[in-house]
Amino acid sequence: MNPIIKHSIRFVLFILLQVFVLNTIPPLHQFIVPYIYFLYILWLPLGISRIWLLLLAFIFGLTLDYFTGTIGLHAAPCVAIAFLRPFLLKLLLAQETAEAGYMEPGHKSMGWAPFITYAVLLTLLHHSYLVLIEWLQFGNFLYFMGKVAGTSAISLLLMLIAELLIPRREKQRAVK
Amino acid sequence: MRNILLFIRRYFTFICFLILQILCVILLSRSSKSHETIFSTTANEVTGKVNQQYSGVRQYFSLRETNRLLTEENARLRNELTNNYIDTASTQLVTTDSTLRDSLGRMRKYTFLPAHVIGNTITLQNNFLTIERGSAQGVQKGMAVTSPQGIVGVVVEAGPNISRIMSLLHRNSKVSAMLKKDAVTGSLEWDGADPSYLTLRNIPKSSVIKKGDTVLTSNYSANFPSRLMVGTVADILSESESNFFSLTIKTGVNFFNIQYVYLIENVRYKEQLSLEQTTPTRQ
Repeated sequence: MNPIIKHSIRFVLFILLQVFVLNTIPPLHQFIVPYIYFLYILWLPLGISRIWLLLLAFIFGLTLDYFTGTIGLHAAPCVAIAFLRPFLLKLLLAQETAEAGYMEPGHKSMGWAPFITYAVLLTLLHHSYLVLIEWLQFGNFLYFMGKVAGTSAISLLLMLIAELLIPRREKQRAVK
Repeated sequence: MRNILLFIRRYFTFICFLILQILCVILLSRSSKSHETIFSTTANEVTGKVNQQYSGVRQYFSLRETNRLLTEENARLRNELTNNYIDTASTQLVTTDSTLRDSLGRMRKYTFLPAHVIGNTITLQNNFLTIERGSAQGVQKGMAVTSPQGIVGVVVEAGPNISRIMSLLHRNSKVSAMLKKDAVTGSLEWDGADPSYLTLRNIPKSSVIKKGDTVLTSNYSANFPSRLMVGTVADILSESESNFFSLTIKTGVNFFNIQYVYLIENVRYKEQLSLEQTTPTRQ
């Protein structure tokens, strides 16, 4: 499938999943909010230009914000992880893998250990930034620490399930 | 000059990142202050359309519950009909209408407008509801919103056909509420923990409170009519360092499955607000 169409469909699906499924689940606790929408940014192809990555992340975050009514709350962390993503990938990947343009970060293309490091670091960064914005408006330090830990744990669990459940075909690998 | 261009070219991504971050912060600060953001009316119409489609499907699953609530409300309202009462004298004709003046010569202060909820969040710290009514149908910013079971929130943004309500489950939401039995007034807030419980602050320790006491909207609120249902007292927290109780209130309305709401317009809302905002001059 054409990558542009594929990622556009994914864009819509992730927004709908977050807004109409995950945001409507009755919360278990104040600290545990299931977020998975930013997996879209994590799954964008390796070869995407950095400017496009930033702009896509901004539009993606803003779309979610217009649904939840908090304009800019999700866009800011999305842009932050999109900015740091290339640096992290460069550290974690071997040279030849990083050059394969259409490949996406995943356990198949990267291997389990680097992918989990990549996911954990960006998830923690995303949630720390998101909760920090909330913390500046209200709350205390315990709220900040608790919510970052709780939300990151549930997000990572969801991302692991998504990674195992959704088979993403790696064309580049098949050709090799 | 050449060096500046080289600098910009070299750090183009970083500059882009900074610009987008600053844009986010500006949007965020503007939206939390005034709820009037760039493109928000257009964007609300678009997200509203999507919400509408989804809620059309979801509605079917709660039809039974909605029917029950509406029947209960109908029964309550039927009990208040004028033809349930008989006049002692048969010389007077009593008519019910919705004009500005009723038969006793009293002026109308509140008008009610029903609306269908098409979007609702409860899991975030700042929750909003989206309803299918807008300025074209007479919705204005600041109107109070209630449901048959209890108050819901306040209108913060009114598009042409879709409006957004700041739910009681919003960290900046503050409504004046009182205890039914002795009319002691406090401020109703949300601590962000559980969507079924609110907090009522500033109740003096002199008042005697029991679990299960009813909490109503107070007489002091500009947009809410007085004595609307808010909820019941679920827990009483006594703060040792202050002279006030902090009460946990079980909300009357169930935010998880809210379907229909009423918008309440206070005809004298603007008059009251403008008067309260002026600083009193010394005579």
